[in-house]
Amino acid sequence: MSAHADTHAHDDDHGHHHKETFVTKYIFSQDHKMIAKQYLITGTIMGVIGVMMSMMMRMQIAWPEKPNVLFEALLGKWAPEGVMDADIYLALVTIHGTIMVFFVLTAGLSGTFSNLLIPLQIGARDMASGFLNMVSYWLFFLSSVIMCISFFVEFGPAAAGWTIYPPLSALPMAQGGSGMGMTLWLVSMAIFIASSLLGSLNYVVTVINLRTKGMSMTRLPLTIWAFFVTAIIGIVSFPVLLSAALLLIMDRSFGTSFFLSDIFIQGEVLHYQGGSPVLFEHLFWFLGHPEVYIVLLPALGITSEIIATNSRKPIFGYRAMVMSILAIAFLSTIVWGHHMFISGMNPFLGSVFTFTTLLIAIPSAVKAFNYITTLWKGNLQLNPAMLFSIGLVSTFITGGLTGIILGDSALDINVHDTYFVVAHFHLVMGISALYGMFAGIYHWFPKMFGRMLNKNLGYLHFWVTAICAYGVFFPMHFIGMAGLPRRYYTNSNFPLFDDTANANVVITMFALVGGIFQLVYLWNFFYSIFFGKKTVQNPWRSNTLEWTAPVEHMHGNWPGEIPHVHRWAYDYSKPGHDDDFVPQNVPLYDGEEELQH
Amino acid sequence: MTAFLTLIIVLFIAIAIWQMVKIFDLAQVGSSNSQVATDKDNKINGYLMMGFLIFIYAITIASFWYLGDLPLTSNSASEHGPGLDKLMIISMALIFIVQTITQFLLHYFAFKYKGEKGRKALFYADNNTLEAIWTFIPVVVLAGLIIWGLFTWTSIMNVEETEDTLVVELYAQQFNWKARYAGEDKTLGMANVRLIDIDRANILGVDESDPNAQDDVITTELHLPVGKPVLFKMRSQDVLHSAYMPHFRAQMNCVPGMITQFGFTPTVTTEEMRLNPDIQEKVANINALRLENKEEIEAKGQDLMYEFDYLLLCNKICGKSHYNMQMKIIVETQEEYDAWIAEQKIFKNSLTNN
Repeated sequence: MSAHADTHAHDDDHGHHHKETFVTKYIFSQDHKMIAKQYLITGTIMGVIGVMMSMMMRMQIAWPEKPNVLFEALLGKWAPEGVMDADIYLALVTIHGTIMVFFVLTAGLSGTFSNLLIPLQIGARDMASGFLNMVSYWLFFLSSVIMCISFFVEFGPAAAGWTIYPPLSALPMAQGGSGMGMTLWLVSMAIFIASSLLGSLNYVVTVINLRTKGMSMTRLPLTIWAFFVTAIIGIVSFPVLLSAALLLIMDRSFGTSFFLSDIFIQGEVLHYQGGSPVLFEHLFWFLGHPEVYIVLLPALGITSEIIATNSRKPIFGYRAMVMSILAIAFLSTIVWGHHMFISGMNPFLGSVFTFTTLLIAIPSAVKAFNYITTLWKGNLQLNPAMLFSIGLVSTFITGGLTGIILGDSALDINVHDTYFVVAHFHLVMGISALYGMFAGIYHWFPKMFGRMLNKNLGYLHFWVTAICAYGVFFPMHFIGMAGLPRRYYTNSNFPLFDDTANANVVITMFALVGGIFQLVYLWNFFYSIFFGKKTVQNPWRSNTLEWTAPVEHMHGNWPGEIPHVHRWAYDYSKPGHDDDFVPQNVPLYDGEEELQH
Repeated sequence: MTAFLTLIIVLFIAIAIWQMVKIFDLAQVGSSNSQVATDKDNKINGYLMMGFLIFIYAITIASFWYLGDLPLTSNSASEHGPGLDKLMIISMALIFIVQTITQFLLHYFAFKYKGEKGRKALFYADNNTLEAIWTFIPVVVLAGLIIWGLFTWTSIMNVEETEDTLVVELYAQQFNWKARYAGEDKTLGMANVRLIDIDRANILGVDESDPNAQDDVITTELHLPVGKPVLFKMRSQDVLHSAYMPHFRAQMNCVPGMITQFGFTPTVTTEEMRLNPDIQEKVANINALRLENKEEIEAKGQDLMYEFDYLLLCNKICGKSHYNMQMKIIVETQEEYDAWIAEQKIFKNSLTNN
C-alpha cells in the first residue's frame, strides 16, 4: 500500500531553481520548512503574551487588589494606580486560555511540527499544496493580529472565559468585554478555524498521497501517525465551533435566538425567545474536547519519536501505540458531555458521557505504560529533548489520573469549575503539550536552523520548569478540593477560603520563577538561530528520513532522488547491525527479517 | 510593592544562575563541539531524575501535611454527602497508588538506564501479554469505578418530589441570589422574566394573577429545615450562573430560559456544624490568619472574626462581580424554620403601588 510519491514535474524541476526574492523566501514562502519556522516564531510570540497574562493573574490571586507596578505598566487604564480591575482580570483569564489553547498549542505546535516533519519524514518534496499551506499560515497570522488588536478596544477584550458561553458573551450589557472585544474574538477565531482547516486538509492529503516508495502506513513514524490523526480530528470538529461562532454572531448582531431566551438585564426584557445556552455548550464542547487531543496527540507523537531515539530502543508496542491514537481520536469525539454534567442536561446523558470518558483512560494508560517500557533496558541519551519527553510522561500521568475523578459525573458535582479542574487540565494538556513542544524544538532545532541549541541552558530550562510546574499545579488540586471556584478576581470576600491564601502565594512564587526562567529558553532559542554551534547531518543518530536530507535547506528537500524506505522507523540497537541505529532508507541485508507489526 | 520586590529578587536569582551556566559553558570549550549528551550529562541528569522523583514525593507529602485538611472529603452536611466522599477517597487512594508506582518506574528507569558509551540497548519491540495485562487491569478497575459512580450519580440526580419535599426556587441574577418558597399552599406560583415589574418590586417576575403565587415568600437568605428533602428549582434572569453549595456536595447551573433542578437532604444544622471539632479547628485557624491581616480586613469593612456558615456561591463566570455572588445558607430545626418563614413577607404583601 505504499504510494509512489515523487511527482515527475518536481523531479525535473529541482535542478534549476526559480529566482527567490526576500519576499518569496521569507514572507510569502510556500516551502513547508519556512512555513514551519513562521508558525514557530508566531506561536512563540503569542506564547510570551499568554504566559505574561498568567503571571499577572497569579500575582492578582496571591496579592489581591494590591498595587503593582507591573500592572500599571502593562494594563494602563485597566489598573488605575496599579490595582487591577475586576473586568480585566476576567479578560486575562479569557485571552490567556484562548491564546494558549489555540494560538500556541494548536497552531504553534501542530503548525510547526506537522509542516516541518510530514514532508521530511514521509519522504515528500513538499506539502501537497504549498499555496494552501502559505494561505493557512497567513490566515493564522491575521487571526493572531486581530486577537491582539482586541486588547486595545474601548471596553476591553473578550472576558467571558475561553468557552465564551452565551448569554454572557452575547450581550454587550452583561459585561464590557462582550462588546467590540467579543466581536473581534469571534472574527479572529473564525479566521483561525479557516486556517486550521486548510492546514489539516493539507496534512491529511500529503500523508495519504505523497509517501515515498516503501513508506507503508505501518512504517510511518509515530509522529506522522499523531499529526495525521490530529488533522482528521480537526477537520471533524473545528467546523462545529465555526458554526457555533456564526450562530453566536447572528444572535449578537442580527437578533436571532439560537442560544438566548427569556432574558431580563439592566432593567429591560430582551426579545429573545426559545433558544438555549445549553445548545451552545454542546456545540462548543463538540470541538472543545477533541481540541484537548488536537493539542495533546502531536505532543505524544513527538515524545514517542524522541523517547525511542534517545533510548536507542524501538518504541515499545508500535501497533498498540497506533491503535491507542486511533482509539483516543474516536473516543474524543463522543466524550464532550463530561464538561456539562451540571449544565442542566438530562442526568441520563451524564451517565453515558461518564462511561465513554472513563473508556478513554484505557488507551491513555496503554500509552503511558508503553513509554515506561521503552525506557526499560535502554541506553538513555538524556538530551534536553529527552528530558522534556520524560517530563511529559510524568505530567501526563499526574494530570491524567485526576481525570478519573472529573470524568466521574458524581464526583464532578463538587469539584466542577474549581481549581481542581484548573490543576487537572493544566497538567494533562497544558504542561504536557508544552513539554512536547519544547522537546520537539530541542530535537528538531538543528533540522530547522542548521544549528544546535545550547544543551546546558536546555538542562537549566528543563529542571527549573519541571520543578515549577509541579510546584504550581500539585498544591492547586488541594485548593480546588476545598471548593475554591476558578475565575474569581479575589477570594477575600469569602473568609471561608482564607486558609488557602498562603498556598496561593506559594503557587504564585513557583509560577513567577517558572515564567521568568522561560527567558533562558527564549535567549537560547534566538541566540542559537544565529550563533549556535553548527550541526552535523544526523546529530541524534536517528532513523527517520528527515536526517537523510542535507543540513542546508533546499527547495524539494533532497538533492537527487527521494530516499526509498525499507524498514520501520524504530530499528534501534537491532541485533546484527554494528551501529545502534539503522535509518529507514537502509535496505535489509540478506537474510535480515523485518519486524512484523 | 511586595510583588515588585519579589519579582526583582527572582530576577536577580535568574541572572545569577544564568551567569553560572555561562561559566560552565566557557569551561567546556574545546572538549566537545557538539551539543549532544555526553556520558557525564547522562550521569548528572540520571541522578537529577532520581532527585526529581524525590521532589514529586516530597511535594505530595508537603501538600498533605500543610493542605491536607482543606479537601472537602469529610463533614458533609447532606444525606448523599458521605457516599460521595467515600467514592472520592477511594478514587483518590487509587490514584495515589498508581501515581506513586508509575512515577517511580519512569524516573527510576531514567536513572538506571542512563546512557553509557559502548553499551547497547535491548532490542525489545513488543510483548502482547504485557500489553494485554495493562489494558485489562485499567478496564477492570475503571469498570468498577464507573458502576459505583453511576449508581451514586443516579441516586443523587433522580430526585422524586414527594409530599414531604420542600420545593424552593433559587433565582440568580448579576450578582446576587434570591430564594422563593412556596408558602402555605406548597405550590410555587408561575413566573417569567417578562413579568418583572421593578416599579411594583416584582423583581422575580412572579405572575401576580396566579393564585398559587400570592403566598410565595422571597428571601435573600436560604433557610432549610434539617432532615427534610429539599428540591431546588433554579432560574436565571440574565446569564449563566452556577449554584454551588460545597458543604452539601451540591452544584447545578442556572440557565436563562429553562428551569434546572437539584435536590438533597440537609443533615446537620448550622449550629451543630459550628460545634464540630474539625470545623472549630478550621475556623480558629482562619481567625488566626485574619488577625494577622487585621488592618486590611477592617479597612475593607468586613467583620474581623469569621464564624462558620454554609454558603451558596456562584461558580460559573457571570461578569464583573462574579467573585462576590453569594448567599448565606442556614440549616435549622423545623421549629426554627417555621418561626423564620412565618416572619417573612408573602409575595402579595411585598408588592408596592398596590
